[in-house]
Amino acid sequence: MKRLGLAAALAILATVPLWVGGTYYVNIASQILFYAIFALGVNVLAGYAGLVSLGHAGLFGIAAYAGARIMNDGHGQVVVAAGALGVTLLVSAIFAVLALRGTGLGFVMITVALGQIVWGVAYRWISITNGDNGIAIRGRPSPLGLSLTSPASFYWATLVVFLIAVGSIAVFVASPFGASVRGTRDQPRRMNALGYHVWMIRFLSFLFSGFWSGVAGLLYLYYNQFVSPQAVALTASAEALLMVIAGGTATLLGPIAGAALVVVVKNVASAYIERWNFVLGAIFVVIVVFMPEGLVPGTVRRWRRAVAVLRPRATAAG
Amino acid sequence: MAVKVRRREFLAGAAGAAVTASLAFPAIAQPKPVRIGLLTVKTGPLASGGIQMEQGTIRFFKDRNSTLAGRKVELIVADTGGNPAGTKTKTQELVERDNVDMIFGPLAAFELLAITDYAAQAKMPILSLAAAEDMTQRRPNPYFVRASATSSQNMHCLADYAAKELKFKRIITIADDFAFGHEQMAGFQRVFEDAGGRIVKKLWPPLVTPDYTPYLAQISGADAVVQGFAGSNPLKFMKQYQDAGLKLPVLGGGTACDEALMKSFGDEAVGVISCSAYTGDLDTPTNKRLIDGMVKDYGNIPGLYSAGLYINGLVAEAALEKTGGKTDDREALIRALRSVSLTDTPRGPFTFDHFGNVVGTFYVRRCEKKGDKLVNTTIKTYPKVSQFWTYDEKWFLAQPVYSRDYPPLKT
Repeated sequence: MKRLGLAAALAILATVPLWVGGTYYVNIASQILFYAIFALGVNVLAGYAGLVSLGHAGLFGIAAYAGARIMNDGHGQVVVAAGALGVTLLVSAIFAVLALRGTGLGFVMITVALGQIVWGVAYRWISITNGDNGIAIRGRPSPLGLSLTSPASFYWATLVVFLIAVGSIAVFVASPFGASVRGTRDQPRRMNALGYHVWMIRFLSFLFSGFWSGVAGLLYLYYNQFVSPQAVALTASAEALLMVIAGGTATLLGPIAGAALVVVVKNVASAYIERWNFVLGAIFVVIVVFMPEGLVPGTVRRWRRAVAVLRPRATAAG
Repeated sequence: MAVKVRRREFLAGAAGAAVTASLAFPAIAQPKPVRIGLLTVKTGPLASGGIQMEQGTIRFFKDRNSTLAGRKVELIVADTGGNPAGTKTKTQELVERDNVDMIFGPLAAFELLAITDYAAQAKMPILSLAAAEDMTQRRPNPYFVRASATSSQNMHCLADYAAKELKFKRIITIADDFAFGHEQMAGFQRVFEDAGGRIVKKLWPPLVTPDYTPYLAQISGADAVVQGFAGSNPLKFMKQYQDAGLKLPVLGGGTACDEALMKSFGDEAVGVISCSAYTGDLDTPTNKRLIDGMVKDYGNIPGLYSAGLYINGLVAEAALEKTGGKTDDREALIRALRSVSLTDTPRGPFTFDHFGNVVGTFYVRRCEKKGDKLVNTTIKTYPKVSQFWTYDEKWFLAQPVYSRDYPPLKT
């Protein structure tokens, strides 16, 4: 049953460009996918490790900026991807060392500060980042000789990366290491007493989270072919966190649903409703009131309850 | 009367009585209307300018009863949210889903820069107010038309006026710390220094700052101050400038003393000399019509943003008349747009150069109090001003683009 559902979901995702009706919606679907990768990356820390970061747009943006710079220096796509992700990992490591001096609120505040530093550099170090005019790149890469210029081909490429991200995070979560990550979230002192290196576990989770944020940032760059300081602003970090919280923290599907919600309201609903910010806010309030654990776990809970309520009646009637 | 504009269905100008009018006179079998997309900002900090853009556009199409060159016009308004990624998505929406024939907007330079490559690939004519220099200089887009000004175009005139007419020798500049501010002040500096003046200091407060005091404290030892603030920042700056007891004359760019700010300024703005592509006291029939219409519909006099979009409307109309209302041949359409030459517009006569940037009149105005109202009174006009001022185009383009650090301050 579960396998069947998975196959159906895959089939639906793979055929999006064929039935969604128009390249515009294919582009929206691509955006949902790479923002979902970003949200999944944030969720590794915020959900599983219990470390809420408000600086991840910095990592997302560093990958985009590094990719743009390397590409504009005339390097090939492999160098661009490897360089951008390498830089992101390096910066993630630095961020992690600094931010992991605290947990809880302290961690949040340090990540805010680090994110703002990246924003400041993007905005003010004009010789490197071109300031608020941003950096444009020549075009999308063509991995294995397949051009990603058309919306559909870009979507499929993003889908492949997305599936790898989901798969790797699923493996990560299910692994003994994933269990130890959750352990450091729920019982850090006990984990420490059991001989686990709590700091190292958190550090590695941070790198893993930063890596996928960087991948999403690179896809963002390829998609927009442009990056500017708005991509690394505090609001972008907050938005990613909202995707995770709205969808359901520490779940695999939650961040994906959250990303879809935010992207759709922001881009599609805003075409029809002038006060789309208000709509997004109202949706968040509704989620928090009725499904405080998030959209995906909340729906599952309500569904189970509905089934539980309906089932005895069904048997009584029969 | 508030005009409700529903994004999808809005047939520009079909509000109120016009609805019945269009029912009473069914259009002669038209295959499809000309579709014009407006990229503007209706949410976030840039929204006030964005809403003025929308008002100017709607005003124009109402004046034309939604018909240009014999074809119905459909306006589709998209809110970019004032960020580049949003602008990109909305542009794709207009191009790929709504199949627009041309785009008005966007507002900010970084929005425009985010979509220029995509728009060029899609061969989509863009008529924007965004002032980014390189859009019509070192990074031109063949489908781009700018009827307003580059960041520095009016500042060149202002610098000439400051040096030659006002005989200022030493000037301090202060502007928002972003590309528009940088480019404005760099343009002022080049012309002012070439006319023998000297820039003593360049101050850059952050774009979002509640308090200019630390910067105001640095203002001394000059003949005048040039401010290049945009949005609502000129209001904050001038108020604090007066409160700090500073008496140096203040000069400003187009956004620094814009007509749209007049109702919010107090006496602190009296005496500010600004140079703009648009001035409210210009005596042309279209300007009168624009002002009357804006006052009637919105209770506000128009400023740069609404006038700029009204002018874009005039450009689109003139181009469509040239192509006989046809929009399918994009090359012909952009050629027609760029060869537009108008005299009766809210900004006076203008043409375009081969980059699609305006060559037109610029107005030096002094802000004065008439009755209980503030008005800008034109004190000098600079006709046929090019984006390169009086410099040789080749030489100009061989220099780096204007920026925060270029030209450097002379010590």
